[in-house]
Amino acid sequence: MITIDPQVAGSGTDAARVDAANERAGGLMAAVADWITTADHKKIGRLFVGTSLLLLLGVATIGLLLAIERIDATDDLIDAGAMPQLFSLFRLVLTFGVVVPLGLGLTIAVVPLQLGARALAFPRVAAAGFWAWLFGMGLMIGSIVANGGPGGGNEDMVQLFLVSMALAVVGLVAAAGSLATSVLTTRAPGMNMRRVPLFSWSALVYSLGLLLALPVLLGVLILLYIDHNYGRTTFGGNTGIAEWLSVSASQPATFLYAVPAFGLLLDSVATATRKRLPVRGVGLIGVGLVGTAFLAGVAQVQAGLSPDIVDMQTNDALREIVPFAILNGLPLLGGVVVMLVLLLALTGRPRVQSPLVFSFFGAGMVFVGLLGNVVYHVGDARVANTVFEEGAWIYVCYGTVLALLGGIVHWGPKLWGRVIPDKQVLPLALLGVLATILASLPYYIAGFADQPAGATTFSYSGPQELWNTLVAVGHGLMLLTVVAFVGLASKSFTTGDHAGDDPWDGQTLEWATSSPAPADNFADVHIISSSEPLLDLKPARSEGAA
Amino acid sequence: MYALPAAPPPAPRRQLFVGTAVACAAGTMLFAGITAIFLRLRQDALSVAGAEWKPSAAKVPEVATNINLIAFLFIGIFAQWAVYSARRGHKSYVALALGLVGLLGVAVINTQAFVYRQMALGLADGTYEMMFYAITGTYIALVIAGLVFSIVAAFRFVGGRTTELEIVSAHAMYWYFLSAMYVVLWFVVYVTK
Repeated sequence: MITIDPQVAGSGTDAARVDAANERAGGLMAAVADWITTADHKKIGRLFVGTSLLLLLGVATIGLLLAIERIDATDDLIDAGAMPQLFSLFRLVLTFGVVVPLGLGLTIAVVPLQLGARALAFPRVAAAGFWAWLFGMGLMIGSIVANGGPGGGNEDMVQLFLVSMALAVVGLVAAAGSLATSVLTTRAPGMNMRRVPLFSWSALVYSLGLLLALPVLLGVLILLYIDHNYGRTTFGGNTGIAEWLSVSASQPATFLYAVPAFGLLLDSVATATRKRLPVRGVGLIGVGLVGTAFLAGVAQVQAGLSPDIVDMQTNDALREIVPFAILNGLPLLGGVVVMLVLLLALTGRPRVQSPLVFSFFGAGMVFVGLLGNVVYHVGDARVANTVFEEGAWIYVCYGTVLALLGGIVHWGPKLWGRVIPDKQVLPLALLGVLATILASLPYYIAGFADQPAGATTFSYSGPQELWNTLVAVGHGLMLLTVVAFVGLASKSFTTGDHAGDDPWDGQTLEWATSSPAPADNFADVHIISSSEPLLDLKPARSEGAA
Repeated sequence: MYALPAAPPPAPRRQLFVGTAVACAAGTMLFAGITAIFLRLRQDALSVAGAEWKPSAAKVPEVATNINLIAFLFIGIFAQWAVYSARRGHKSYVALALGLVGLLGVAVINTQAFVYRQMALGLADGTYEMMFYAITGTYIALVIAGLVFSIVAAFRFVGGRTTELEIVSAHAMYWYFLSAMYVVLWFVVYVTK
């Protein structure tokens, strides 16, 4: 019979071990509690970014499955009844689960630092927005998986889908409100709106656009919920949901979600050239013009031109041309303006830095999406209701993601205090752009060959298997890119080299504080006298040659 | 780190006021979106010869809806009175003004409930009924948010934070926004029906 408790016998070491374990558990609990209740904008931003990247892994997998399903257009690998839900899951989660929150996360994490602010305006609103979005998105995915969502057969799950998507949208609106208020009210002394860094300017355009467009989507969700729950007379019940929600997750509304990519591109090219951005004001206008895409989200319309418009009466033609030009032409014009400013900046011989490469290719892909959207809405191109639209959408979404990955590389030192080695991350930018092109371009071609949108069984003349195989490879490569990027970033940001305070030789205020930035960002409030306050302090290095 | 010149703390840029303006803009878009769909569906319904939009049996209690309109006029006056008194440090008047705003807000909800009862529409009866409840229900949700705002403003100001004039100004702006929205609602749903 054991009479001595072995734990007591070894009380010295065991007690110490138990204490250490308790301490560790307590430390873990404290860390979890800290992240859950945080009001630090850098942590809130990182929560958005991290979760979006995880969702991107899932979404790219779904894209891969859908593309594989379409390789053999006569056979169904996946249950045909589940296809509408799978298409909805892919589109809604990539748009509202990845692209929008990734942009919001990066801007929330970085913009207060760029503005010289000590905190985000209403940080708890932004944090509440994150949790609302997270729970909403989780429930939304769960409801679609459980046969809910657009066209779903389970009534309760369709209801849950509508409520959870509304919750996610409310979360995004809350975070956007916090961001917009920050840019409007927390700028450093002397930083008027013309001196706001381009990425912060794009964040303002982006957040205001979201604030105007997403509440309209929320209103639509409210109406869909009531209609589905009660009468089902007006909006088509479960079968009408996809049509009513499609506007906010397709072009031109999606260009709004790509606005931070253009701001990031102009910011990073200026940093890479170590010179002031030429015609900076024109760049601000260009980013603002891309932001006019919010009008499509507000009006909930897609304005196209009818076939044979040249034969129409002038008045009838104008009735189509004016909305077409406003909704599709203005964002394209913005993209053209940004690209022209970029070309001017590139004459300054920029250094090849990974953030610039990511944002250059990312924004370039979005630009191809902008061009594709204009073609899609011209009736004479005869690509309506084909996969051409999906190609443009993938260009915009993957392009935006690619650019924002560059943002993570660029501002990683301020958020984690360590850098991702340029040589290791640069190939991922090239892999990402290859993935985006392969996942999109074949659909541009297949669209002209009349491959129908949202269908898995079809037949048309041409190498249809080749196009869909290439798309599958593209989604697979994007999955690989994201996995590799997340792995590399996790390793570099935890055990990589410590970053200096100004590793990119930056021009804006975030590089004036330590890496990682402390909880309150800055010890002092700085007076700003130009749009490149750090460049003013290092003219010999930056513009000495001139 | 770079030796940028340090500045004194910047002048406050009325963060709460701007934040409330941003929230009002979002609320306006929410309400405007639903109203636009209401108008579109009404136009579609009336474009068919002999078709009706609002069931002829449903009578709008116009006195009640007009009283709500007048209530919003007074809400605006009382909300501004709160701002006026806050600037002069008249704590008791601020409390009275905010209380009156809250009271009238409750009265607005009560009147809307009366309208529901009088019109006796079934939510699932048709498109008009669904849209009617959607648009008025969304509006009532915004009014409830306004009541919460009134309570928070009153507690903070009356509780001693009398230097925080901004919350009273932001509160007034929110109720102006609600008043403007009600004018639209009143005209679209109760006047032109």
